[in-house]
Amino acid sequence: MSVFEGFKFRKVSSVVHNLDPRIKFLFVTVLFVMAILFTNLLALVVLFFVPLPFVFMARVNRQWLRSLRGAAFLAIFIFATNLIFGYFYPASFQQISGSVDTLAEYLILLERAAAMTLRFVVLIASFSVFFLTTSPDHLGLALQQSHIPYEFCFAFTTAVRFVPVLADEAQTIMDAQKARGLELERGNFLKRVRNYIPILIPLIVNAIRRSLELAEAMESRAWGASEKRTNLYTLKLRRADYILVVVSVLMLALAVYVWLYVPVPSLTELLSL
Amino acid sequence: MIEVKDLHFTYSTGIEALKGINLTVDDGEFLAVMGQNGAGKTTLVKHFNGLLKPTKGEVLVDGVSTRDVSVAKLSRNVGFVFQNPDHQLFSETVEDEIAFALKNFGFEEAVREKQVDWALNLLDVAKYRKTSPFMLSGGERKRVALASILAWDPQVIILDEPTIGQDHQQKEKLQQFILQLNAQKKTVVVVTHDVEFVAECNPRVILMSQGKILAEGMAKKVLTNPKLVAQASIVPPQITQIFLELADLGLPTDVIDVHEATKILLGRLRERQ
Repeated sequence: MSVFEGFKFRKVSSVVHNLDPRIKFLFVTVLFVMAILFTNLLALVVLFFVPLPFVFMARVNRQWLRSLRGAAFLAIFIFATNLIFGYFYPASFQQISGSVDTLAEYLILLERAAAMTLRFVVLIASFSVFFLTTSPDHLGLALQQSHIPYEFCFAFTTAVRFVPVLADEAQTIMDAQKARGLELERGNFLKRVRNYIPILIPLIVNAIRRSLELAEAMESRAWGASEKRTNLYTLKLRRADYILVVVSVLMLALAVYVWLYVPVPSLTELLSL
Repeated sequence: MIEVKDLHFTYSTGIEALKGINLTVDDGEFLAVMGQNGAGKTTLVKHFNGLLKPTKGEVLVDGVSTRDVSVAKLSRNVGFVFQNPDHQLFSETVEDEIAFALKNFGFEEAVREKQVDWALNLLDVAKYRKTSPFMLSGGERKRVALASILAWDPQVIILDEPTIGQDHQQKEKLQQFILQLNAQKKTVVVVTHDVEFVAECNPRVILMSQGKILAEGMAKKVLTNPKLVAQASIVPPQITQIFLELADLGLPTDVIDVHEATKILLGRLRERQ
């Protein structure tokens, strides 16, 4: 469950923490779009390094690495499924005609699977930076100032705020089931997936129960009674924010340009040169 | 036998929860672990079945270091009943819930059925055999959770806050039940805040505060020491409080048992007449 750790906000003061959440979100969204734009391994490797300066500036390297480690299982899953499906349905590759036979074709297959995995890692990596450095309160404020109805903002911030609670709970549930002899790492792949049922069911049941309790508690405290809410704090853009906007837009423009006009070579092509 | 030698434990968050614990729990002993919130009680007992591994020092269960054995293996001898039954219940029926651990431990079907029957009757939940555990009341769920641990008849039973959320009658029953287990030469370790409960059972008590053992001894000795209990943020049992207040009259101050108190007071009253 360490993947959740990588999304848990901790109060630290740094340039990245003080950035406007809206702008940070823009930046992460640009990264997201870029990661979706490219299926090329080299381009994704480059993308992987983009959030790194932010990680170091925000001094969250340890937590960030933990989120990546936590995502490793899913990453392996994505890699394996891409390999398997790519092998049986090679028609999805322009470079491969017929079935996968030659070494070069295997390499293409491998590169595609690696690229898809890296795309996922890039997404986790960039969103992890966002959540690690943005407090749920700021996030809610940002949504409200973007004229999103308060009900939605509240639902969203509540969901974010409960992520660490759920993570703690998942850990307790895992301990409780381990104490009843459950071995999560035992058995083949399917068995391992099935091993998570005793974890997921209590987790979901408790989450539903908690949401009902929360709703009752909120209503008994007159939630939604006032029509127009005001805030003590308001978000204002500062110089660093404007710089990040420019950087984001330039990055996106560059990415679209490369995507349209520059043929990025695949690793296999580079190697055969 | 459980031996704890200079146990230190630090959570990944950097919180040092245990700071050099030395303790021996003999076979067939009844031990209560008490202390304020965050004193390290649950952290300590989670070492007894290997859910947590020492940062420094070691924990030996029947002479084997918990570092060398899996939780599943240790759990075969050390049953751990978690505080909240909702952290473990997931099966469709109570019967399946109780059989879960037995399956994990590889019991044969015939033995499994026998043990499930035994546990269902032991905790008076046989009539809910085919009911979903989610349909039961809080107290019943707690009993099912307890049954699901006792089903494999572990030698050591750890109960984390067993009395929370139980009505008086259930608490009384639970108390009888725990004493009965102990009478059958089972080692029982209870983590609790409930002084009245401990006073009535009179087990050996270890009092914890800020990751260290503050005091240990029989409940009668430890819980009647007002200085010690204040340090651990608990209050003496009500009976003891009365006797402490009446100490000026020459009454003994180490009374925790209602029957003993009645005897002493009756004696005094008769003397007067």
